[in-house]
Amino acid sequence: MSDVVLRTTGLSKMYRIGGERQAYRTLRETLAQLARRPIERIRHPGAATHASEVLWALRDINIEVKRGEVLGVIGRNGAGKTTLLKILSHITEPTEGRVEIRGRVGSLLEVGTGFHAELTGRENIYLNGAILGMTRTEIKRKFDEIVEFSEIGRFLDTPVKRYSSGMYVRLAFAVAAHLDPEILIVDEVLSVGDFSFQRKCLGKMEDVAGHGRTVLFVSHNLTAVTSLCTRAILLDKGRLLADGPARDIVGGYVSSGDERESSKEWCADRALGDERARLLRFEIRQDGREARGGIRSSETIEVALTVKIDRPSPKLQIGFELLDGDGVEILQTFHTDCESLEVLPAGIHALSCDIPRGLLNAGRYLLRPLVALYCEEWLISRADEATLRFDVTFDHSPSEMWYHARQGVLAPCLQWRQSTAPGAAPADV
Amino acid sequence: MRRSGTEGVSTAGGFVVYERRRGWVALDLRELWSYRELLYFLTWRDILVRYKQAVLGVAWAVLQPFLTMIVFTVVFNRLLNVESGDSRVPYEVFSFSGLLAWQFFAGALTRSGVSLVGNSNLLTKVYFPRLVIPLSAVLAGLVDFVISFVILLVLMAAYGIAPTWQTVFLPLFVLLAIVSALAVSLWLSALNVLYRDVQYVIPFLVQLWMFVSPVIYPIDEIQAGALRIAFSLNPMTGVIGGFRWALLGQQFPGRYMWISIAMAVALLLGGLFYFRRMERVFADVV
Repeated sequence: MSDVVLRTTGLSKMYRIGGERQAYRTLRETLAQLARRPIERIRHPGAATHASEVLWALRDINIEVKRGEVLGVIGRNGAGKTTLLKILSHITEPTEGRVEIRGRVGSLLEVGTGFHAELTGRENIYLNGAILGMTRTEIKRKFDEIVEFSEIGRFLDTPVKRYSSGMYVRLAFAVAAHLDPEILIVDEVLSVGDFSFQRKCLGKMEDVAGHGRTVLFVSHNLTAVTSLCTRAILLDKGRLLADGPARDIVGGYVSSGDERESSKEWCADRALGDERARLLRFEIRQDGREARGGIRSSETIEVALTVKIDRPSPKLQIGFELLDGDGVEILQTFHTDCESLEVLPAGIHALSCDIPRGLLNAGRYLLRPLVALYCEEWLISRADEATLRFDVTFDHSPSEMWYHARQGVLAPCLQWRQSTAPGAAPADV
Repeated sequence: MRRSGTEGVSTAGGFVVYERRRGWVALDLRELWSYRELLYFLTWRDILVRYKQAVLGVAWAVLQPFLTMIVFTVVFNRLLNVESGDSRVPYEVFSFSGLLAWQFFAGALTRSGVSLVGNSNLLTKVYFPRLVIPLSAVLAGLVDFVISFVILLVLMAAYGIAPTWQTVFLPLFVLLAIVSALAVSLWLSALNVLYRDVQYVIPFLVQLWMFVSPVIYPIDEIQAGALRIAFSLNPMTGVIGGFRWALLGQQFPGRYMWISIAMAVALLLGGLFYFRRMERVFADVV
């Protein structure tokens, strides 16, 4: 067919996971191995020299994308979404199968790739533009538009290391948004930035999609996928599970994760995290019991995490995030938020946090554990396999005029005051 | 906007194909050329960042070779009686002319060795010919080189040495220096992605390499014959010899120059092919 712009045939990607789970080696190890190998051959003739574990990040993916299509790619963490985009962006090559692609490709796997903290906003626009594939004349032509879109204004000649994270993201996205490819490949970049800017970016993407451009779009934000994409594919463990109209695929995906779960447990060697913190247990309790699905909004909800620490760090932050049923973040909280606690020593710790009663609305919520080293790295984030799902029954309003669930993610009982308005006060001398 | 990658096998209908490449691959310098603006911007970034970050900025680029020259002159000339091998040329100018070429080479090796690993965020997020990275690391050293060159001219004027007519050939030897630096840089940068301990070997390698290059002694100290041929296998022997011939009018290395040139070209070609062969795994390994 003439209007197919992208086709994959039997696309597969294998990663070798060595015993030590690292891709690169050291020269010292390799030399030592070379020296050892002949001896091992003599000792164990016929034995495989290196039995490393093999992981198929993608397995036999066949898709065809037509010009002007906006394709959403969804799936859990580790489903192979990013690997797929990386192969389509020509960053890494497939182990098997092939990709045929026609037209200029612009890929945006991260906002602000190649941004340098020491350089000014102006310098970074040129640098980042060149990295994303724009020519110098093209950047010059769009420069004012980019600056305006980014809303950074007078900070244009300030090094970006002095920018707030919001400004940084806005500038980075502004450059990316002015890429003008025929095929745009985008990975989860809308999860950054503040809400109004996200809306603006979504608008810009709709714009791009509306102009007959082909877009491939990975996101955890299922609402964005349904509103932007005409078609979606669902990946699971590297395989293509479903392909069809975005609304159907997203609907099927959401209901497939339907089992309500109020606790998850891992043994130490399979736990998420590393020696700095491993998550052993994550659960929701109410009234001192494990809450099996049914949570009432009129009672405190207790979120409990059990962590094992082998290498204590003063920067360790343990917490969780609360999401609505569509996967949109409501809040994040960490054990270090309020008072300064002692550094957690090595050992197993039980931490818990109360979500106050009278806050949540009726409906489905998700909880995801978060573990980080402050301002350094995430040890656990976006861990779909550790996500708890629960349904809340709304029963906390004492008012006779609030029986039914209302619109909104939250439904707190807020305090109201009433006094006589000054303007309306009777005029007495 | 560039067309993404021309290296895949193009099939009918204007499709570009990505699939697993096996064995040796073509150099595809045409694609590299189409990414020349990216090369320009990355080189520009390296230069900008270096002079912004260093507190002394340009002063550092002046001081470093100058102080090294002073130390060499005191230690090797005054204490150990190493001569320039030419009564017209004082040791100060002699050693500085060697340092001019040497520091460009050493700086290129040091920077480019870690360049791919240092730019891992680019390698894993964007496609471009990976050659751009070590190439820009090498080219960024040209600014320091120009600064050093100006100092050399001042030094020559101070000692009353007039440039000779051979100076017109200097650009050829600068090119040889770039080729040599790039050749070794390609090997080191690619090896460092695959074997992460290479970066610890580089400073040591650079140190040893300087002593087998005629930076502090004249190459004529080494007698013609097998040993001289062995020394000439080092491309930097040719580069430094060429610099001193072009700038100071010292004796031309003669046919030994061809050995250095051949070696530099061979290293470069080998480096290019090795780099291209290995670059397909960079994004997975880095």
